[in-house]
This record gives sequence, structure tokens and C-alpha cells, in this order.
Amino acid sequence: MTQLILEQGLNGLQFGLMLFLLAAGLTLVFGIMDMIHLSHGSLYMGGAYLAALVAERTGSFWIGLAGAVLGMAVIGALLELAVLRHLYRRDHLSQVLATFALILLANEAVRMLFGAQPMMLNAPASLAGPAEFAGFSYPAYRLLIIGVGLAVAAFLWWLVTRTRVGMWVRAGASNREMTEAMGVPVKRLFTGIFVLSAALCAVAGGLLGPLLAVQVGMGENILILAFVVIVIGGIGSIRGALVGSLLVGMADTLGRALLPTLLRSVASSEIASSLGPAIASILIYLLMAAVLFWKPTGLFPAR
Amino acid sequence: MKRSNLLLDPLLLVAAIALPFGLQAIGAEFYIGFATRVLIFALAASSLNLVVGYGGMVAFGHAAFFGLGAYVVALLMGQQITSAWIAWPVAMLVAGLAALLVGALSLRTRGVYFIMITLAFAQMLYYLVISMPQTGGDDGLPLPSRSQLAPFDLQDDLSFYFAALALLAAALFALKRMAESRFGHALAGLRQNETRMEALGYPVFGLKLACFVIAGAGAGLAGALMVNQTGLASPNQLYWTQSGTLLVMVILGGVGYRHGGLVGALALLGLEEALAEFTLHGQFFVGLVLLAVVFFAPKGLAGLWKRQP
Repeated sequence: MTQLILEQGLNGLQFGLMLFLLAAGLTLVFGIMDMIHLSHGSLYMGGAYLAALVAERTGSFWIGLAGAVLGMAVIGALLELAVLRHLYRRDHLSQVLATFALILLANEAVRMLFGAQPMMLNAPASLAGPAEFAGFSYPAYRLLIIGVGLAVAAFLWWLVTRTRVGMWVRAGASNREMTEAMGVPVKRLFTGIFVLSAALCAVAGGLLGPLLAVQVGMGENILILAFVVIVIGGIGSIRGALVGSLLVGMADTLGRALLPTLLRSVASSEIASSLGPAIASILIYLLMAAVLFWKPTGLFPAR
Repeated sequence: MKRSNLLLDPLLLVAAIALPFGLQAIGAEFYIGFATRVLIFALAASSLNLVVGYGGMVAFGHAAFFGLGAYVVALLMGQQITSAWIAWPVAMLVAGLAALLVGALSLRTRGVYFIMITLAFAQMLYYLVISMPQTGGDDGLPLPSRSQLAPFDLQDDLSFYFAALALLAAALFALKRMAESRFGHALAGLRQNETRMEALGYPVFGLKLACFVIAGAGAGLAGALMVNQTGLASPNQLYWTQSGTLLVMVILGGVGYRHGGLVGALALLGLEEALAEFTLHGQFFVGLVLLAVVFFAPKGLAGLWKRQP
């Protein structure tokens, strides 16, 4: 049991950190540009596909990951300059329509270029086995993901709290008009935020690629989770995104692993086996509804 | 109101009645099924338009009520309740009650939080449905045959088309009467200034909730028709992309225009159908068209030829 809880706890941490990579960018786009960006999941999908493609051509997972990050940063910049910057001042409905259109474009473009079959992306061979310590074993690749996730979180913390750009970002999240009036180069800042969030999506897509299937539609599933995270954490807050990601990652993973067992100890196994997975899969949405009910602007409101 | 607007509805109705006979005359009966699908989605999108366009609430979970209607009809059919006279009103009732529950909790929030919480409730329903064996899990629930709408025979595609047409026409007529009623004017006031309406003594929360519940019931009816059309209550009808598609239809057609839902459903489904003839990658061009609408027709297609909603 201890082994199971520890293992699932680490899985939850790993999933939560990957969600954070998506949610950090999304919460800034949402909080600072006041933009509902549905195609955020498409950036994640694009990152996974680029990583799989480059890794396949070069034979190296690491070159694949680096290529995905660079490629998505460029694509993110082009996307912002060509389409998204014209949407910041529009109402939410127009943003929903436009970014929904971008999802259709991205999905079909990927289908045209790579076909409908899922792509394979293999973890580096050196990390294929389990890592053992003190009689406890855990997949080495998942440990790597946790490490990278923590490193990126630390980098973002430094960027946001210790640099001038980070100060602008925080100022923009709390009051955009005032920030513009104080002479912050808002246009370039917005492009920069978008490039950063696209690169973070690529990191998450490339790292999760070997664990999940790299396929069309992978972005739609995780996008909603990222939205749940930023609503729980408070829109525009990086710290909120981190706390929300870990909460959602843990609740989802531990709920799926432990709830059916727990229910079996209080109810008949028949009820437990049908109700357990059902409750586990809606747990995070219940969490979000509860947070919105008691703290309508999230746990760490930026404004 | 201009004279052309007075003539628009009767003309549309006559065209819609003549359409299937025209299709039969040229041997294109296949398209009667497609036209039925457009009518059903027009009903669903119009119900969402009531919330978004008339009520001013951007709801992103309308698929929940749409899918719920479909599942209710399929579940009742499993209990040998085949009559549409029972099953369809029950579908509306269940969807309406669900909307009452979701609305009562969600309407305490506003703006983006309202968008997100309606989305969350819809996703909850989606995951509940796919994890319960009673609702068929990932496979959904098949509907072995269409509902019985005695004395009409819905097994016949033409009758089913007219049933869908009659319901859509009734819904659009109700929408028109509602917009002209005290309720509709109060909603219009809410869209402009909620605080002022509150100060004038209007029951703001109740008005918005009523609007949300009526729309939920309308979507439930559309779902009941949909499951009869496809023969399957599928989890896809509950997934968030379905909510997105309905919202896209409303925005594409024209938010707050009475025919917005119809125009949007016709435009989106028609575009998909037409592109499917030429290419496997039709969705790519649908995406391009939607982007073009955002930038060149910000009020939607209906907004192109009507100045005032």
C-alpha cells in the first residue's frame, strides 16, 4: 500500500508539473491579454509532433525535444503576429470562434502532414528502465519529467519575480491599461509571452509524448484540464497555476488509483466498481466548482 | 419592422416545406437526412442563442443539455417507452431540470468564470456518462428504432424531416414572441445594464435562470431529435467540442439574431458537406472560413444583411 501511494503520489506530481507547463502560459495569455485561447492545446500537440518528427530523423530524443521547443517558439511568434494580436481587443465570443477555427486548422494540418495514425516517440534508451532507491523502484523517465518540471517552475519563478520583464508581466496581469500608460512596450511583451507559452507547451508535449499517444486530438483533452487549473489558481497568477496544477494532478491521479479501493471498504464491490471511476473522473471538476463557489476569483487572484 | 422582414418567415417556411419534394424530384433523397440534421442543429443552436444572444451569458456547456436529451430518449427506449409523446417531453424536462441545477450554481459567477463553470459541469456529465455501464460507457447507447409519434410514422425520413421542421418553426416563433414580451424586454435590459435593472427591482437572477432553463429544455428537445436521426446517443454529443461547435454556429450565424442559429447551422454543416465532396481535409477550409468570418463579418452572417438585431 505504501509503495502504491508513493508511486501514485509521484505520478500525480509528474502529471501536475506537466499541467503547470501548459497552465503557466495559458494563465498569462488569459490574465494579461484577457484572451480565451482555445488553441493552446494545439500548441501542445504541435510540440509533441515536432519532437516525434525530429527525434525520428535524428535518432536523438534530446535533439527532438530541443527542435520542438525552437520550432514551436517560432510558430507561436508567427501565430501571434498574424492572427492573435488582432483579437486582444475583441470580445470573448470572437476569440472563441477564432481560436476554435485555429484548432480545426491545426488538427487538419497535422492530419495532412503526418497522417491519421498516432506517431511513436520513444523515451531515451538510457532512461528506459526503473530507478531504484531504498527498496523502492520508479520509472527513471518519469523522474526526469519531474526534474525538468521543477527546473522550469524554478526558472519561471525567477523570471516573474526577479527580472524587469517579469515585473512588467505582473503589472500587466493586475492592470493592463495602467501598465500601457506607464510606457511598458506592451506589444513586444505580448509577443514574448506568447512565444514563451508556446515553448512551454512544446516542452510538455515532447516530454509527455513517450507516455501518451502522439495523435490528433491530444490537445483537446488536456486543454480543458489546463483551464480548470488556471480557474482554480486564479487567472493571471503563475503561483496560482503551480498550486492549481499540483492540486489537479494529485487529485486526478490519486483519485483514479485509490477511490475505487476506498469505496470498496465502505460500500458493496458492485457499487464501488461502477461509481469509483465515475467519481474519480469528475473529482477535479467538483474541486473547481467548490473553489469557484467559495473563492469566486480563484485561490490566488492576480487582481 | 420593414416589410421584407415580415415576408421572410413565411418565405423560409414555404421553401423548407418545398425542399424535400424538390430533392425527391431530382432524385437526391439522400439530402433529406442532411437537411434534417441542419434543422436539428438549428434548434440546438437557437436554444444556445437564447442564452448567449438574448440573455447575454456566454455558456460553454450547452452540449450537456443537448446530449442529455439524446440519452434520456435512448434510456427510455431501453425501458420499452417508445412513444415520442412521452419520451421527448421527458427529455426536455430532464434537460431543463439539469439546466436549473447548473444555472442556479453557475449564475453566481460572471464573465470568464461563468464560461468555465458551465464547461466544468458539462465535462462532469460527460465523464459520468462514459464511466457508467448503464449509459453504455464509451460506446454510447444505440436507439434500435425511431420514437413512435402516432399518428405519424417517423420511420419514414420525410415524416421525420417535417417533425423536425415543425418543432424548429415552433421554437423560432416562440423565440420571436418571447423577444417581444415583457420577459424579452427585461432580458434586453439586463444585457445593457444589469446593475440598473437590479436597482429597478427586476429579479435579475430569476430572469437569467429562467432564460437558461428554457434554453436547456430546448437543447434537450434537439438532443431527442438528434438521437432519432443518428440512431445513437454518443458521448461525443456531450464532449466540450460539441459545446464549441454549437457556440461556433451561433457566432457564425449571428449572436442575438433570431435566425442566427439557423443560419449558423446551415452554413457550418453545409460547408462541411460541400467540402466533403472534394477533399478529405474539409475541416481545414472550415477553419479558414471561420477565421475570415471573425475578421470580416464580426456580427456573423445574419449581421451582414440585417443592421438591427
